[in-house]
Amino acid sequence: MTVEPPASAYEMAHDVEAETLATFAVLVDNEPGVLHRVVGLFAARGYNIESLTVAETDRRAHTSRITIVTRGTPHVLSQIEAQLQKMVSTRHVQDVSKDPNGVERELALVKVRGVGADRVEALRLADIFRARVIDTTIESFIFEVTGAPSKIDKFVDLMRPLGLTEVSRTGVLSIERGVETL
Amino acid sequence: MTVQPDAQAAADAAEIMTGAEIVVRALVDQGVTDLFGYPGGAVLPIYDALFHEPRLNHVLVRHEQGATHAAEGYARSTGKCGVVLVTSGPGATNAVTGIVDALMDSIPLVVITGQVPTHLIGTDAFQECDTVGITRSCTKHNWLVKNAADLPHIMHEAFRIATTGRPGPVVIDIPKDVQFASATYVGPDKARRGHNYQPRVEGDASRVAEAVALIAGAQRPILYTGGGVINAGKSASEALRAFAKLTGAPVTSTLMGLGAFPAADPQWLGMVGMHGAFESNHAMHDCDVMVAIGARFDDRVTGKLDAFSPGSKKIHIDIDPSSIGKVVRADVGILGDAGVVLEQMIAAWKRLRRAPEPARLKPWWAQIDKWRQRKGFGYRSSDTLIKPQHAIQRLYELTKDKDVYITTEVGQHQMWAAQFYKFQEPNRWMTSGGLGTMGYGLPAAVGVQMAHPGSLVIDIAGDASVLMTMQEMSTAIQYNLPIKVFILNNEWMGMVRQWQQLLHGERYSHSYSESLPDFVKLAEAYGGKGIRAEHPQELDARIIQMIETPGPVLFDCRVERAENCFPMIPSGKAHNEMILGEDVADIGGVIDEAGRKLV
Repeated sequence: MTVEPPASAYEMAHDVEAETLATFAVLVDNEPGVLHRVVGLFAARGYNIESLTVAETDRRAHTSRITIVTRGTPHVLSQIEAQLQKMVSTRHVQDVSKDPNGVERELALVKVRGVGADRVEALRLADIFRARVIDTTIESFIFEVTGAPSKIDKFVDLMRPLGLTEVSRTGVLSIERGVETL
Repeated sequence: MTVQPDAQAAADAAEIMTGAEIVVRALVDQGVTDLFGYPGGAVLPIYDALFHEPRLNHVLVRHEQGATHAAEGYARSTGKCGVVLVTSGPGATNAVTGIVDALMDSIPLVVITGQVPTHLIGTDAFQECDTVGITRSCTKHNWLVKNAADLPHIMHEAFRIATTGRPGPVVIDIPKDVQFASATYVGPDKARRGHNYQPRVEGDASRVAEAVALIAGAQRPILYTGGGVINAGKSASEALRAFAKLTGAPVTSTLMGLGAFPAADPQWLGMVGMHGAFESNHAMHDCDVMVAIGARFDDRVTGKLDAFSPGSKKIHIDIDPSSIGKVVRADVGILGDAGVVLEQMIAAWKRLRRAPEPARLKPWWAQIDKWRQRKGFGYRSSDTLIKPQHAIQRLYELTKDKDVYITTEVGQHQMWAAQFYKFQEPNRWMTSGGLGTMGYGLPAAVGVQMAHPGSLVIDIAGDASVLMTMQEMSTAIQYNLPIKVFILNNEWMGMVRQWQQLLHGERYSHSYSESLPDFVKLAEAYGGKGIRAEHPQELDARIIQMIETPGPVLFDCRVERAENCFPMIPSGKAHNEMILGEDVADIGGVIDEAGRKLV
């Protein structure tokens, strides 16, 4: 959907635009200092990083894939994209949250402590969320749950009254459905 | 004849040398003839290799900041890449100011820094600092070289990255053991490209057509050009002149873009911005189509952003995608090289089915003439005191027919130089625009003079700024660089004093230049010539004496102390609220509380 651009800069209102979440997939040369440059360009401009994942994805091509979830007005988000694009080490940048074919997934490890009915309920909910039990004691579980970040948020919320004690999340990963690649 | 692969391989194999020799050889192969530097422990092997290389002329500065500014002046005045060589630790940190300056003003620099040996990195070794960490946010790219075999590739790629796209500084940090290690040299044509980096040069054809259609339909167009036109080379300035002629549109420029369009041309309006020309600021405000070419809508140009040129469509041509739409939304954004896109626009204009009537712009020019009649650069002249504006005017009149290059420091004198010195050609004007680095001009003049030994190189300076890098006078003496440092001496940090007078209730907090040196004696102490002018009547004769002096000169031009720089767009105001010198009984009353808080 395209929005009619304002007639001039005078009608722009940077500050009153609503902030949205965006997920950028960035393919970079895997070399020292790249992550510092990425994080630095966010820090230097006061942009927020909600989550960040990075790992080498192609050893032969020497590339890493960075997935960054950030928050900002449309103007700030387009500036972030342009700044990421501008880095010499960047091969490709895509705002996957704009892509209807984008898939986002996250993995969380969730520790829940409890006995009796709470423990049974935690296990039942975990089943509904297709979370796996990867460790148990007689008074605790560790669940491994994957899915869209909103699903994980929901799972964590549900576990809170049942004895949630610790959460560890990977941050968001993304990929595009179909045959197209980044 | 058949090529003998074995013989070829043997020849290649013969090119084994030390890391230090690779650095020097790569500089030669990149066409470098001059570099600026300062030796130290961690860079001694490279200095040793330089000792045996007659093709490279090394200029020994007196402080590493001077090396970077000299390299900037060299680069800006030639269109070539500036090269700096400094040691680890303090050598690198002293160079940082100049590196940031080059980043802000898009000047291509290759800065080579020595580093402690690889096995000592991270141990807080003597003269160790995290050079790549410190310079990461102020370079276009940087490298820590861990292996001598990578060095030739990195050296060549560094020049490619520094000079192409939006130019900028790069840093190559080379540990001492890598300088001693041996590896095979690889020439520029065989060097591996380590990155996908490939800036887009040509503009999108449909957007070019869209832009040309907008300009053709405009009643009140304006070309707003910036340093990008200078960076894009002489051909870009020529294309700008041709396009301006075709369209008949008025031309203004940022501080960094002066000279791309000749000041003598009737279509020239003068500089835009806070201390720019009255007519160009009003034309920017009232235009209906603004064509920004290699300019970045800096806050010193736009003034109050939400009142900036409210009625215009904006076309923004820039090589840096992050510049387009960064500050001001572009109706048509064109990513590409200023010169190439201007050529495309010229071609598209010539293809227009109906060429626009030149008469369509008559009312626009009539309006511009009214603004011109306001004489925004007017000032009260004096028979007893040298007015700084008058000093620059006389300097201009007495040097304009010479092969002259101007550098400046930062402050009032810089603005007066931009207002009163008229540039007809690109690459003649070197100033610190983005970072605003006091102390830029003297070392920059050293670099310019090194590149243009026979030319007249003048640093228009202020008494406060010039003391920040005064030691480079010693460099000028050593290399017989006859730079002329024309100091508008008002015994104040003039621009700070002006703001304190206008915005801070005349509370002159720490802005008086107490205990200034005697600049004439100081020049003599360095082995140069000192000249002083105190009265308007002697000014011309003294300037001529300066020009005719064969060596470096410090010119102590004693000017009216309390002169302010006008016209001025007060902080937080729009272009059409610009105030002239004559209306300022109480400028403090013009600026509101919000404006006072702006920089």
